[in-house]
Amino acid sequence: MELKLTDYRTEVHVNWCPGCGDYGILSSIQQALFELKLDPSNVAIFSGIGCSAKTPHYINAYGVHTLHGRALPYAIGAKLANPELTVLVILGDGDGLGIGAGHFVNAGRRNVDLTVILYDNGVYGLTKGQASPTLKLGLKTKSLPKPNINQAINPILLAFASGYTFIARGYAYDVPYLKYLIKEAINHKGSALVHVLQPCPVYNDINTKEWYTPRLYKLEQEGYECIITNETTEEEYLRKISLMIQKANEWGNRIPLGIFYRDLRYTTYEERIEARIPSYRLNPPAKQKISDPFGKPITYIDKILEEFLI
Amino acid sequence: MNNRGISWLIGGAQGTGIERGASIFFTAIAMAGYYVFGKREYHSNIMGEHSYYYVRFDSKPVYSHIEKYNILASYDAETIFRHSLEGLPGSAIIYDTGYLNVKTKDVPTLDKRVREDIHGRFNNNFVSISDIIEEAKSYGIKSFPINYKEILNKVALKTGEKLSELTRMNNVIAVSASLAILKFDLAILKKAIDRVFKGRKVVVKLNSLVAEETYEMVNSLGYINEFNIKISPIENKSKRLLINGNQAIALGKLVGGCRFQTYYPITPATDESAYLEEHEILDVENYDPVKSEREILKGAGSIVVVETEDEIAAITMALGASLAGARASTSTSGPGFSLMVEGLGFAGMNEIPVVITHYQRGGPSTGMPTRTEQGDLRFVLHASHGEFPRIVIASGDISECFYDAIRCFNYAEKYQLPVIHLVDRFLAHSVETIEPFDIKSVRIDRGIIFDENDLKKLKEGGEKYKRFIFNSTGISPRIFLGTKNAVFWITGDEHDELGHITEDPVIRDKMMEKRMKKIEIAEREIPLEEKVNHFFPSYNSDLTIVSWGSTKGVILDLIDELSKEGYKIEFLQIRLMSPFPSNYVEKVLFNKKWICVENNYSGQLAGLIREKTGLKPNNLIVKYNGRPISLDEIYIAVKSILEGKSSYKVVLRGGA
Repeated sequence: MELKLTDYRTEVHVNWCPGCGDYGILSSIQQALFELKLDPSNVAIFSGIGCSAKTPHYINAYGVHTLHGRALPYAIGAKLANPELTVLVILGDGDGLGIGAGHFVNAGRRNVDLTVILYDNGVYGLTKGQASPTLKLGLKTKSLPKPNINQAINPILLAFASGYTFIARGYAYDVPYLKYLIKEAINHKGSALVHVLQPCPVYNDINTKEWYTPRLYKLEQEGYECIITNETTEEEYLRKISLMIQKANEWGNRIPLGIFYRDLRYTTYEERIEARIPSYRLNPPAKQKISDPFGKPITYIDKILEEFLI
Repeated sequence: MNNRGISWLIGGAQGTGIERGASIFFTAIAMAGYYVFGKREYHSNIMGEHSYYYVRFDSKPVYSHIEKYNILASYDAETIFRHSLEGLPGSAIIYDTGYLNVKTKDVPTLDKRVREDIHGRFNNNFVSISDIIEEAKSYGIKSFPINYKEILNKVALKTGEKLSELTRMNNVIAVSASLAILKFDLAILKKAIDRVFKGRKVVVKLNSLVAEETYEMVNSLGYINEFNIKISPIENKSKRLLINGNQAIALGKLVGGCRFQTYYPITPATDESAYLEEHEILDVENYDPVKSEREILKGAGSIVVVETEDEIAAITMALGASLAGARASTSTSGPGFSLMVEGLGFAGMNEIPVVITHYQRGGPSTGMPTRTEQGDLRFVLHASHGEFPRIVIASGDISECFYDAIRCFNYAEKYQLPVIHLVDRFLAHSVETIEPFDIKSVRIDRGIIFDENDLKKLKEGGEKYKRFIFNSTGISPRIFLGTKNAVFWITGDEHDELGHITEDPVIRDKMMEKRMKKIEIAEREIPLEEKVNHFFPSYNSDLTIVSWGSTKGVILDLIDELSKEGYKIEFLQIRLMSPFPSNYVEKVLFNKKWICVENNYSGQLAGLIREKTGLKPNNLIVKYNGRPISLDEIYIAVKSILEGKSSYKVVLRGGA
């Protein structure tokens, strides 16, 4: 049966504020899943806590709304137990880069095949607008009593330093382009980050739609491309990375969107497991039979027991 | 052999082969047909601090250690300074003559309290090993000085190895000398060396040569006739397992079908995960109904072991794997479990099966990482905000560790909740000869799981799959992530049957009651023998001992001794801590003289029994210095209770 776009929607009332950037991200994800013709039963979407974290309830796919900051380890556990799943991880900027920063960084070391979508509005929306780790130093958004005293994390560079092998940035109100980035991210083999600039019309009165619109431009329109392969020479690598860092730091009159970085040199964590356990793909943890029809265990440990028998 | 078998103690600086030496010793003894029990003590340190290992063995099963030795095997000065006076009458100290002139001030790792204690005994601040040996002799302890260097010189001459390379075999000299004065068969010792070094030819050859030369030296010094205990091989018809708690739990997990284990490094839990990773590729039995025979599919199964960035990731990653359909677990100790608590609550809220193996160690905070304690019972029972059902099971010995590890997964999946397997440092690192596991008796029960065909039928019947559907048992059928023909949602928020967020008070009540009902059902369904071990039940016992966890062994050994003196002692070992077998415990203890024995400060089980039954013990025996309870100290404590000479709370303080 042909899948329709509506097959990716649920009946749950979407309770984000009117004008919230999250609506655009939700549409982009649904359209991406639809265009990739992914069976909702084979897609698992994980989220943490916060406005962003409600997303899975609005998508007709397996939805796992977890704890603040912890979506990534849940998602990694599920993906490693069943590597056939398509896994999406929804993070908020506070969720993923504050309380969950350790998981965000360490996920990069593993390069599990999954897609992280980071909703970035610079504030903790659901608790009424406190400064998040991506809010720039000195900014005073609406509900802050004093200007922000912390410097901001650069999600693109943090992901690069951590080892993500696909790093892109989209904009919540540019649905077609965000959909394209999410599709590219899902198709990428390894850990992919899509950083989404997402205005919060209620609490972030600085980085608004009106503020973003004149500043945004697309990297590929300037001929930018950064793909690292095993064939890339040292010299080429340094040149590409320097430009990538320059683009990632660009934040002022011009703010780039697009694919900042693709690294095709690394194996995925699943491939690394498979190198150690040849039967892993064929018979992953979630699919293994562990008992016979009578409930008797079928794991054969006689060989292992020899080292203890005396 | 006296009525407590033989107790052997080896000590030395951490990192110099204490454990290896002890392994060779107890392997040899077990190969000669004896039951052994080995207890390891070490500092949270890699090199240099004092570490020691007690081995007690007998021709009948041994379940505990005593803090006294028949033979002290040493190869450094500190061991003698610390342990010399723990000798039983007629016992032996084996030592290297090279240390005779070493004084307390020469041993920087000797802590102030021990040093002052020694100086106090001699009224002198310059006490040497030879002083200590003379002191021991005055207590009737025999000394067996051996020139270790001379033995190694001979080996160096025969093999051309450098002397400096051979000194790491001083532990083998101490072990070999111990066995030589016991007139133990050298051939069996050599077999043990081969086994411990897993047949690594060069190492085995060198160590065997050291053993031979030591035997010859002991012979030529005439020591054989000076020690009156002889250990001859005894026949035993069936093989036994020589295994520790970490390993038994790991094997239980493999047999029980655990296919995903996460961990963050922590003492004393990590050895289990390392063992699992070492055995990540599994052989699987396949029954062919046509040929009606079983075949072994080599490498067809596996367990994925992931080292995570912290314990929060450890539990949440295990939960992710469980949602996908794998039997999943994580292993940790108190500090790690503290971090896992939010994940525990999530598992409770979302009815996700997961097994947490919790190895208690001395707390609070970092506490005493390498020492034992039973201080976390209350913690695991109550950890997390809010209320949700959990099962907590406490193993009492190494065999129970194996079977309980399997049972935990059955409970977790059947009742869809987190299960905590509570063990401790003492069980983790104690080595015991036990009967082989009866794997045929084990059953796996994964509870109610819908597959894609069930879901297809549901769909065709016009029904939607609801992860948290209300029904009479509170147990809703599970499906795994990726199962065709349905999806589900889950959330840490309160939720409706579909798993979507709700704050509706009516649904909240129903959902809360649904979750909590499962523990009532578990309480009803779990058979009594999985809840308690009731030894020597009696209506007219002199005393009923109640305990839990790793104190089981020492209590059984104690009862064995006391029964020979004519006492009638009953023992109630409680295994299931949640749901607590209140009715049975109350029935057994009502109107009885009973005491509670625990390796903690406050008597946490005693408090739990009071809470659940209103009953209070006549006496409480506790120990919280980080060391397990030894047979000699509990014997004195219980004897004085039996004689009515004891105060309510008895604190045991034994251990070096």
